[in-house]
This record gives sequence, C-alpha cells and structure tokens, in this order.
Amino acid sequence: MSFLPFAIAIWIFLVGLYGVVSSHHLVHLVICLSVVQSSTYLLLLGIGYRTNGAASIFVDIPLNTKAVDPVVKALTLTDVVVGAAVTALLLALAVQAQKRFGTVDPDELDPLRD
Amino acid sequence: MSAGEGPARRRDSEISFATRRRLFLVSGAVLAALMTWALAGMPAFGDYHGIYGLLLNRVAVPQEHATNVITAVNFDYRGFDTLGEEFILFAAVLGLALILRERRDEEEGPPDDDAVGRQVSGASVAVRLITVTLVGPTVLLAGYIIAHGAITPGGGFQGGVIAATALLFVYLGGEYLALRRIRPLPLVEITKATGAAGFVLIGIAGLIWGVAFLDNWLPKGTPGDVFSAGTMQLLSVAVGFEITGGFVLILSEFLDQTIVLRRRRGARSG
Amino acid sequence: MDKLAPLVVAGPFLIAALFAISLPLSRRRDDIVSIVTASAGVVFVGAMLIDVLSRDVPVVTWVGGWQPRAGVALGISMAFDPLSTSLALLAAVLVCAAFLFAWRYFETPGPIFHALMLVFGGAMAGFCLSGDLFNLFVFFELMSVTAYALTAYRSEESGPLQGALTFAVSNTVGAVFILFGIALLYARTGALNLAQIGVALAHGHADGLVVGSFAFLCIGFMVKAAVVPFHFWLADAYAVAPTPACVIFSGVMSDLGIYAIARVYWTMFDGPFQAHLETLRLVFLLFGGVTALWGAVLCLAQHHLKRLLAFVTISQIGMALIGVGLFSTEGIAAAALLIAADGLLRAGLFVAIGAVIHRTGSVNELRLYYLGRQVPRPLAAIFFAGALGLAGPPFLGAFSGKRVLEHAAIDVGHGWIIVVFVVAAILTAAAVLRAGGRVFLGWGEPAEDDPIPFGHPTGSEVERDDEEAEAETTGAPDTTPPVMIATAGALVAGGLAIGLFPALVDKTLDAAARFTDRAAYAAVVLHGAKLPLPDAPNLGVDALGILFGLLSVGGAVGIALAVLSPRHRVRELVPLPLRGPIRGTYWAVRRLHSGQAGDYVTWLSVGAATFGVLLAAATR
Repeated sequence: MSFLPFAIAIWIFLVGLYGVVSSHHLVHLVICLSVVQSSTYLLLLGIGYRTNGAASIFVDIPLNTKAVDPVVKALTLTDVVVGAAVTALLLALAVQAQKRFGTVDPDELDPLRD
Repeated sequence: MSAGEGPARRRDSEISFATRRRLFLVSGAVLAALMTWALAGMPAFGDYHGIYGLLLNRVAVPQEHATNVITAVNFDYRGFDTLGEEFILFAAVLGLALILRERRDEEEGPPDDDAVGRQVSGASVAVRLITVTLVGPTVLLAGYIIAHGAITPGGGFQGGVIAATALLFVYLGGEYLALRRIRPLPLVEITKATGAAGFVLIGIAGLIWGVAFLDNWLPKGTPGDVFSAGTMQLLSVAVGFEITGGFVLILSEFLDQTIVLRRRRGARSG
Repeated sequence: MDKLAPLVVAGPFLIAALFAISLPLSRRRDDIVSIVTASAGVVFVGAMLIDVLSRDVPVVTWVGGWQPRAGVALGISMAFDPLSTSLALLAAVLVCAAFLFAWRYFETPGPIFHALMLVFGGAMAGFCLSGDLFNLFVFFELMSVTAYALTAYRSEESGPLQGALTFAVSNTVGAVFILFGIALLYARTGALNLAQIGVALAHGHADGLVVGSFAFLCIGFMVKAAVVPFHFWLADAYAVAPTPACVIFSGVMSDLGIYAIARVYWTMFDGPFQAHLETLRLVFLLFGGVTALWGAVLCLAQHHLKRLLAFVTISQIGMALIGVGLFSTEGIAAAALLIAADGLLRAGLFVAIGAVIHRTGSVNELRLYYLGRQVPRPLAAIFFAGALGLAGPPFLGAFSGKRVLEHAAIDVGHGWIIVVFVVAAILTAAAVLRAGGRVFLGWGEPAEDDPIPFGHPTGSEVERDDEEAEAETTGAPDTTPPVMIATAGALVAGGLAIGLFPALVDKTLDAAARFTDRAAYAAVVLHGAKLPLPDAPNLGVDALGILFGLLSVGGAVGIALAVLSPRHRVRELVPLPLRGPIRGTYWAVRRLHSGQAGDYVTWLSVGAATFGVLLAAATR
C-alpha cells in the first residue's frame, strides 16, 4: 500500500505521455502535457507526507507538532506556476494555429523543410 | 483555406501512426519498469525524515516569525527560486502577448453567432447580478490571502490567481466588452511589470541595507500578527501584483481572440 | 563582490521588467538600453572570472544570506568556479553580440523582444552559476520558456509556429524527467544543495534510486542539449527562430545541457558511480558518437543555411558529450574548450548568415548561388575562417579542444572514438565550406542541388523559406551595416583564438581538475573550508594533435571541393550496388524529421527507455 502514490505518479506520467504522442488535436495535446507535469506534483507531495502530520502552519498548533515536509510543498507550488505558464504559451500557439492555418491537428502543421 | 498560408494536409512521415503508437507502448512499458525500479528505493510512504524539512519546521517560526513555513520557504529561504518562477510567468505572458497580438489583417468587432441571422444573447439578469456582486468580495479575498500569506495558508501566488478570476466573473456576466471599452489593459501591464520589478528591487534593497540580496532585513513582529515577517510579506505583495497582472493579461488575450478580433472584411478568409 | 553576485541574474531581470512597463518611445532607446545592460553583464561576469581565477577555491554566495548550519544548507547557493563562470561569460558575450546584431537586423522588434532576451540572458547566467539542484531546474525552465517565446516570434508563419510547438513540447517532457530525478534525490538525501547531496550519496552504493535519478536528470538535460534521439526539435526550431536568438541558442544554450550533465555528475554522483566508470563511459560514448555522426551526415544534405548550422550544432554537441562522457579531468577540459571555441564560431557563422539574409532576403543556399558577392568581402572571409575553425586546423579554433579530447580518449583506453569525432568534424566543416563556396564564390552548379544524388527541395519550399527569411528583416537594403560584420568578425576571431594559446589549455586543465574534485567543492560550499588543489595534467602540443588537425582541415576542404565539382564525377565514386541502399537509408533518416510533435516525443521515449536500460545494465 505504501507504494501506491508513487505507482499512480508513474501511471499518470505515462498516460499523459501517451496522450501527447497519439493526439489529433492541439488543445488535447497541451492538456495531456499538463497531465504529464502533474505527475510530478503527486510524486513530490507523496515524498514529503508524514502520517498524521499536520500542515506546516503553526499559527494555531504548538511548534513541535508533527508536520509534513514544507519544502516539497514549496517546490510543488513553484512547479504548478511553471506548468501554468507553459500551458498558457502552448495554448496561445494552438489558437494561432487555428486562426492562421485552419487546423488544430499537430500532424498537419507544416514545418520548415529543406 | 487560402493558398499562401500553407495547406493543411497530413504529411508523410517515415513512421505511420500505428507504428508510432506501438513504439511508444514498448518504450512506455520499459520506462514504467525503470521508474518502478527507481522508486522502489524510496523511503516508506508516510515516514519521511528529510533533514531539510525537519530543520525548517523547527527554526522557521523563531527565526523569521512567520507561522506559515511554506511561505517562509518560498519567499525567504528559497526566495531566489521564487524570483525565477515569477519571471517564468512574466516571460510566458510576454510570449503569449507576442503570439496573440492584433495583426494587420484583423479588426475588432462584436461577437457573432455562427448561425446566420441570430443575435448573441447576453447573460440573464440573475447571472449578471450574481457575477457583478461577486467581483468585489473576490478581490477582497485575494487581498486578504496575499496579506496574510506568511501567517495562514496563502501567499502572493494564490491570492494573485484569485484576483485574476474577478475578470472571469465579469466575462460570465456578459460585461466583458463594456470592461474592455474602458481599456484598463495598460494598467494591467504596468501592474504585472511593477510586481516583477518590485520583487527584484526589494531584493536589491537588502544589498543597499548592507546584507545579502533577498535577505529578510525588515524588523519582524510577533508571529501571528499581520505585519510580522519582514520582507517576506512585501515580496508576497509584489508577487501578488505580478500574478494578478499576468493572469488578467492571459485571460484577456484569450477572450479577445474569441470575442473581439475578427478578420478584416476583405482580407483573405480562412 | 560576492554579495553582488546575484545581480548577474537580477540585473537583467530588472531591466526587462522596466522594458515591459515603459511605453514604446523610441526604437533607438530600446537598443541602447539593451546593449548597455548586456555589456554591463559581460563586464560584471568578466570581473567575477578574474576574481575567481585569482583564488584557489570557488567563490560561494548564499542568496538571502543563509549560511549553512553544520553541513545542512538552508538557502540557495551560487558557486563561481572557473569553468562555470567562463560559461556564464560566454553566455553574456553572446547576448551582447545578439543585441548588437539585432540592432541593425530587425525592423521593429518592440520592447517584448528586448525584455525576453534580457530575461533569457539572466536565466542562463543563473543556470551556470547555481549550486542548488532545484534552482538549476527553475533557471532551466526559465531559459526554456523565454526560448519558446523567442522562437514563436513570427508565429504567423507556419514554420515558426511548428518549430516553437515541438520545441516547447519536447523540452517540457524533458523538464518533467528532470523533476523526477530531483524528487528521487530529495527523497533519498533530504537535501537540494548539490554539495550536500553529494556528501549524502558519497558512501552509498548505486542502487535503483540513485541510478534512476541520474538517468532521469541526464535524459532531461540531453533533451535540452539535443543529443540523438532527443534532438528532433532543434533542427526545426533553430531554422525558424529569429537569427539574433539563434546566435544565442546555437552558441551556448544547447551546450548548457552538456554542462549540466557534467555538473550534476561531478558534484553528486561521482561517489556511488566510481566502480562503474568503464561501463558508464561506453553508454555516453555511444550516445555522443551517434549524435556527432548523425548531425554531421545530415548537415551535408541541408540547403537551408540556418538548418545546416542547426545540424552542425547537433554534431558538435555530440563531440562535447564525448568529452564529458569520458569521465576524466582531460575529458572535461576538452569539452570546455570545444564548447568555447565551437560556440563562438557557430555564433559568428549565424551572424554572418544573418547578414547575408539581411542583404539578399534569402536563406537557401541554392537560391543564394553567388549572391553572396553583394556582401562585403570581409564577411565572406569571416565565414570561411569560421568554417575552417570548426575543423580545427593546427592552432586555430577547435584545435585545442580536439587535441585534448584525443589525449583524453587514449588515456582512458577509448582511442577508437577519435575516428568518430574527426569524421564528424570533417563532414560538418565540409558542409559549411560548401555553402560558403556556393554562396560567396559561385562555385558548384547554379540552381542544381549538390552532387550527392539524393534529391532536392521543391521549388515551393524554397519560395516559402525565403518568404520567411524576408519577413524577418528590414527588406533588402543596399549596404551591410558594419556593426554586423564587426560582430561576426569578433566572434569568429574569438573562437579561432581559443586554439591559439597553449597556456589556455593548461589553465583549462587546472579548472577541470577543480571541477571534478567533489570533496573540495563540498568543503568550500558547506563549510567554507579550503582543501589542497588537485594535480592537473599538462598536455603539450604534440605531433598527433597536429596530424589530426591537418587531417581534419584537409578532409573538410577536400570534401567541399569534391561536392562542388560537377555532379557526375562524384556520383561515379560511389559504387553502383551501394547507391540504392544509401539513398534509401538517407531518405528514411531525413523523413524521420517529420515535424510532427507526436513523432518527436515517441523518439524521446524510445531514447529515454534505451538510455535508462543501458545505464541500469552499466551499473549492476
């Protein structure tokens, strides 16, 4: 039972990656990419968890209460913001693709070829 | 689809879609095995003894007088990371503005319904009432969360996002076009940039004061009070500004795309 | 001075934020502010480098003033050692060069371009100088996001749109791998500081978690560095990004991935992997060698000048990876010298190509046949000098890096890899020389593809390449601005000069010895203590190095001439039964670069799985 959160993190990572690989729609691709990123949130938070630990906020609990790891929470917060930023940028590209080229299928975009 | 923009067709690739899928399934299975092998070496779930976290839980409150240790980590101990993270959002918003800026062959116009001859109906009175009344409390809540970030759960990031959702309420209430006519966009951009610059300047103030960059040099009050954690709270406010500005810009750029910008009549269609 | 160190990152950020506030007043003021800021960055990092070189230990700064307690790091450290500071200096110089070039190159870039470039520069500096694993990741992502935005600069064209998309998708997946690695290390050691993790791992053995975290970190960095098969995004992105951005991308950004692999290994994983060095070397030499050859072969087939240089970049990344993958002091020194020389040369070549685009409006080698004569003669000379420098003739350019690499390979018993990178160097230099010959000298045949009998781009593709090229710059004016020529010349001269001084090689070997000394790094970061300097080998110039230098140049020039000569003569050199299979394989490889994000991520997964399995086998 103790491996379950990590197993789920691995699963989410791979499922999201599969979505990216097999996507026919840019918005779907971007969302799948954010699913891949969210696997790391689960992994980080799962690492820092302590059973029966309180949140690391000591405004109403005494200082030496058992609390979960605060560092992974801060890391996850940073991670979420980074993920949101990249998602926003990619969605802008998706909107642009629809506007300019009439397609949101990632396989139909024309690269610069030699 | 017009000629000059690159026809949309499925191009030939060396590998077919089915091959791609099969390749991925095989490598995905291998990656799953590798990750499981790696993660098997983790400490047991629920029983983590990382020294960094344990130490910070013990010393953050006495040292920094901030009862929210996570905010202390974000804005004090690891403030340099937050600087980078803030600028990631800054750069992403700049990039988004670059990509979605109004082009020469576009113009602003009211939203049309796709079906010929139909008008877009506005929001009902009930929706309008509720959404408009919610804007105020949302902004207030955001301000509260930003200001109390060092004490209770919250901080600049969380509060900033909440503030940005006030714009979504306006949109839901059908008042987006009216808001846009007031053109608060330059104000929003200035807010975002001020937040970003503000963070750096507060850090530099530490240097001027004689201590390190991003040092928490302001006097600290008693833990639990509103103004207790020194520069941490100023940084939180700066980040709040930047996030609010950034997300409002993102939302308004996307809303502009769907509602406002249309191909100029007579331009190439597609 | 130490306290001011974070300003190397925060300074450009502040100016960038101010750019975003300010109203678009005048174009000239934007340019001046950027160039001044970038120059200030160069001066500052240069001063830090001089300071670092005068001391025996890295200069360590704790941001926020958080000194470590009893070997436990509370805050984030920045560590200035000679190699990382030099790399930061290279980045600063290239940002400055890019601004100088963009000044005359762009129509109206607007404040957003300047802001993004400044943030990009600051992020690269932060990346090189960071002493904290998660901080490294944050700056990695910042570099990446600004790069995506810069690549999408003209997203109304299909090329930049697709290039930015595959760039963003591939690199984001790479970043997730890096996070997996960080999470694993944090779980095991409870620390994020590089030195502290190194101390914690030093006496453990390489079990699944340690090997897995190293694998994931390397995979993520290899995506950024564009090692084969993680490289597909680079060819598309570098061809369509605005040329001033390409100067930085090609000159230093890709190399930062290789630097990160070295940094991560020598501060953290050196302890547990000591017993497995031999097998580890094989894995990295495999990936490095394949990358070097793949890039070299494919660049011969490119006619789009920027795409050609993109494949040159990939090939040279492979060579740098070979240097790092030898896991020795000499290997690191070789990689450092190669990164410096090749980076400056590639940047100079991009500026030169940009000047040609600026003048003629075209970027396709065939279209440009002999049109290069419109550009001032010095620029053509600079281009050829740069191309020769890539091959590494004796005492110029990549020569010092190559000869140290040759020694390093022989010293660890892998002399066979010398053949690989000499061949790669010959082919890449030949491709650039061929392009120069066709464009500037009018050699070869006009409007015909090169004699490699493989086919050529259709007319409409060439048209569209050139539309994109023209849209980027200020039309086809009558003169080439002297600042462009001067920038290209300075960069190429700098790159060539790296090969000139044996003293530089000795200093680099010293710096590499310090770089690979994990115990000394940990001592100074965590305890402020100073350990005695390790011994550094001394490598004089010898006959072997000169021989390979001459061979590389001769081979490059020879192949370029052969390729430019009438078609039928070269074709006859290839024996008849081989032509079909060669053509078939070649087209198959080229079509792998399909431009489809799904394909690229699939290859990424295949590469990741392969690398992981090989690493697991190597450390059993």
